[in-house]
Amino acid sequence: MNLSLLILIPLITAIAILLVKGLKQVRTIALFGSAAQLILAFILFYFYRQERGSGNTANFIFENNYKWYEPLNINFHTGVDGISIAMILLTAFVVISGVLVSWKMEKLNKEFFFLLIFLSLGAYGFFIALDLFTLFFFLEVAVIPKFLLIGIWGSGKKEYSAMKLALMLMGGSALVFVGLAGIYFNTNINGAHSFDLIQIAGMNIPIEVQKLFFPFAFIGFGIFTALFPFHTWVPDGHSSAPTAASMFLAGISMKLGGYGCLRVATYLMPDAAHEYSTIIIILACIAILYGAFATMMQTDLKYINAYSSVSHCGFVLLGIGMLTKTAIDGAVMQMVSHGLMTALFFAVIGMIYDRTHTRQVAQLGGLMKMMPFISTVFVIAGLCSLGLPGFSGFVAEMTVFMGSWQKADAFYRIATILACASIVVTAVYILRATGKAIMGPVVNNEHLSLGDAGWNERLAAGLLILGIVLIGIAPFLLKDLINPGTNIIIEKIAAVIK
Amino acid sequence: MKQELVITLIIFILLFVKLGKEETKNETLINLVNILLALNFVSGFLFQQSGTLFGDMFRTTELFTFEKNLLNLGTLIISLQSYNWLKDHKHVPEFYILLLSTLLGMFFMISSNNLLMFYLALELSTIPLAALANFDLEKKRSSEAAFKMIISSAFSSGLLLFGISMLYGSTGTLNFTELPSHLNGNPLQIFSFILLIAGFGFKISAVPFHLWTADVYEGAPVAVTSYLSVISKGAILFVLVSVLYNAFAPLNESWYKILFLISVLTMIIGNLFALRQQNMKRFLAFSSIAQVGFILIGITGYSPEGSASVIFFVLIYIFSNLAAFGVINLVSAVTGRETINDYKGFYKNNRSLSWVLAIALFSLGGIPPTAGFFGKFFLLLAGADRGNYLLITIAALNMVISLYYYLKVIKAIFMDANDDPIEQIKTSWSPRIAMIICVAGIIIVGLASGAYQYIHSLVK
Repeated sequence: MNLSLLILIPLITAIAILLVKGLKQVRTIALFGSAAQLILAFILFYFYRQERGSGNTANFIFENNYKWYEPLNINFHTGVDGISIAMILLTAFVVISGVLVSWKMEKLNKEFFFLLIFLSLGAYGFFIALDLFTLFFFLEVAVIPKFLLIGIWGSGKKEYSAMKLALMLMGGSALVFVGLAGIYFNTNINGAHSFDLIQIAGMNIPIEVQKLFFPFAFIGFGIFTALFPFHTWVPDGHSSAPTAASMFLAGISMKLGGYGCLRVATYLMPDAAHEYSTIIIILACIAILYGAFATMMQTDLKYINAYSSVSHCGFVLLGIGMLTKTAIDGAVMQMVSHGLMTALFFAVIGMIYDRTHTRQVAQLGGLMKMMPFISTVFVIAGLCSLGLPGFSGFVAEMTVFMGSWQKADAFYRIATILACASIVVTAVYILRATGKAIMGPVVNNEHLSLGDAGWNERLAAGLLILGIVLIGIAPFLLKDLINPGTNIIIEKIAAVIK
Repeated sequence: MKQELVITLIIFILLFVKLGKEETKNETLINLVNILLALNFVSGFLFQQSGTLFGDMFRTTELFTFEKNLLNLGTLIISLQSYNWLKDHKHVPEFYILLLSTLLGMFFMISSNNLLMFYLALELSTIPLAALANFDLEKKRSSEAAFKMIISSAFSSGLLLFGISMLYGSTGTLNFTELPSHLNGNPLQIFSFILLIAGFGFKISAVPFHLWTADVYEGAPVAVTSYLSVISKGAILFVLVSVLYNAFAPLNESWYKILFLISVLTMIIGNLFALRQQNMKRFLAFSSIAQVGFILIGITGYSPEGSASVIFFVLIYIFSNLAAFGVINLVSAVTGRETINDYKGFYKNNRSLSWVLAIALFSLGGIPPTAGFFGKFFLLLAGADRGNYLLITIAALNMVISLYYYLKVIKAIFMDANDDPIEQIKTSWSPRIAMIICVAGIIIVGLASGAYQYIHSLVK
């Protein structure tokens, strides 16, 4: 199973999009490409289960190592473990839903779908990379398509949001670069420096070096995951973006940071991760609470979802900061769950906006009457967000809380209680928005004549709901998948704590 | 000597054409020169020899031959791009004679093994450039640019010569191969070295020797500006790398500190000034000043990776900057509009040109998958080898600032609306070939590691 297919298929799709004209051809190609990618992701999952079932206990499987820049020991090294596959499945679901939701994109549609597929290429490459240079390459590939997508097809103050997003994400990349350079020059494998993840994980980086470069790597990746206080690009960026881009941004792009924090910062520098865990937990709790309270103040549906993303991604960082097996499991599950949930939420907000041309909660009311399908999806997304059992949000957040509670110190217990308390705040803003916009009296009589979801929107929502419900009622599917992956990280942490 | 002889041959052919009785059409002349330059580029890769000439004053190695090939390629691309502007110009043979004379000077400069030979070649490359800066003969701005250029060049050459004479006085030799054994770091040598760096600094527009750059770049015709910003800088950087690594190796602690300071200043001041520019030519001038700051970081690496990354970056820089200048050249020649505000809504009527300019700016900003990303990454990696992570952090943060002004142009092209956007520009075949070469170079040279591996094998 050659993982380079995961990059090749989006590349071919993107080039094919450039060669045709007209909305119909462009969107059909995009749909086929993303569907092929989804099927490939499932095939990968199936083969992975087979490999593990037949007793393959290697850390990463389906490895491929091509020499790239030999003098600098840079290789195009790819491989997956359970965590990568979970993220790849997430990306495939979100991208195909994004393509479906943008089915009627008229303005410069060729460029739009090209950039969307190109963006997904960056994400796939990032999740399969096992060489730090390759990882960084794919991380940065994604930044400019986001800038263009928000700036050209967005709404509201789109140029400002696009510029802020691009600059802050580049700032994050700059910090990540310094961290990577620091790791590179302190590795000595067969007499040369190396960027190879597996080799670096196998050796011990001196503790002083770790303590110096861990902040760079963690904060750099953290900026992608809305680490407080570098989260300011999230509200404007997500809200000004067109629907498919918002889905991708909140669903996948923020998870790039979480994955990086876990795979690069924590896995390669466990001593420093342990040292700095207190600060990470504090910042995560601030993000959770601040995000939740800030959301309560919002009147724009997209801003509500954007700020709530800051809050929910705080759970990912909390899990990573706690450094217990269950907590890290919870962090990964929250990445997948939140990705699906927020993509669903942005999709449904996009559908509402397309019809009513407003995102202000005050101007919406009684949508259940005219748009039953869209309203039901809205309610489902909202319930998942506040952690109702039966959906993936509950499973992920519960796991994070249980993992955090395992640490008996007063500091950790207080952090856990504060994080739990944020669920109440989440319930407030979700139920208030739902009650006003979906239930309640019709506010604008012009809305009475609006139609419900088309086939493309139903399919998009259906795919994402499938994911949420599947994880919600059968969480062991996800847990067994990521278990070996998180085990290797915990082993390194346990060796440090001894 | 092969490349130098070919260029001299072309100059003589042009002289005879000029002195001849018949009037040759401009177009034929331009095409002839382009073909000959292309032939020179191709022949540069065949029958390579190493050796010394003129009593050890002139030295050729495979590395130098490759560097000269790069400059040749750059000149060819510039010549292709200037087709529209040149074909209506009255003094085409003179243009090429002067241009190729500077190129000849640069070739000798790269191959020089002796300080005086280096100075001679430097003068040969500078003086015709000042005349070239004046080639928009009707515009006053052009004469002003030429004047500023000749005066600052003369001043910097004076400083350089002063440094050379003191260096000779304290070491007793002018030869680069003998110099390291005579250097012992006494104050006179350090002083003369600083003067040398000042002379170099003028040519690469490092801060604080950059003040002539913006005005000259703005006033000169676009072809000359692109030549100045790419070829001239590239040649001096090649010489700087080989001189610092070989001839001044014993002083390496001192020049490391000097380069650190200059590179930080150059990056920051280049970026801060670029943020405020409205004219595209001035904008690219200041952005190229900031790029030089990055290159100096690569030079501080003092390892084969250091020099390989510098040469690799100059190659990428040739492609990226010339692609950007190509579009600006074309728009300026056809419509005369040169400010960022004029470029608002450029995407509406000129799709391919917008993408060429966008790819060029992404490469200058260091965005993957363009080659600029690889170039900058390797430069910073080579610099980090010294262990100075403060420098690397400052550089990485400067990349973010530089991204801001590049994205401002992208924003104007793709996102802003304009009542009077630039109308559709028909690209003739000559600039089109040049832009295809540049864009292909930007995309391929990064993703395929062949170029870097070849360069690395040459510097080892």
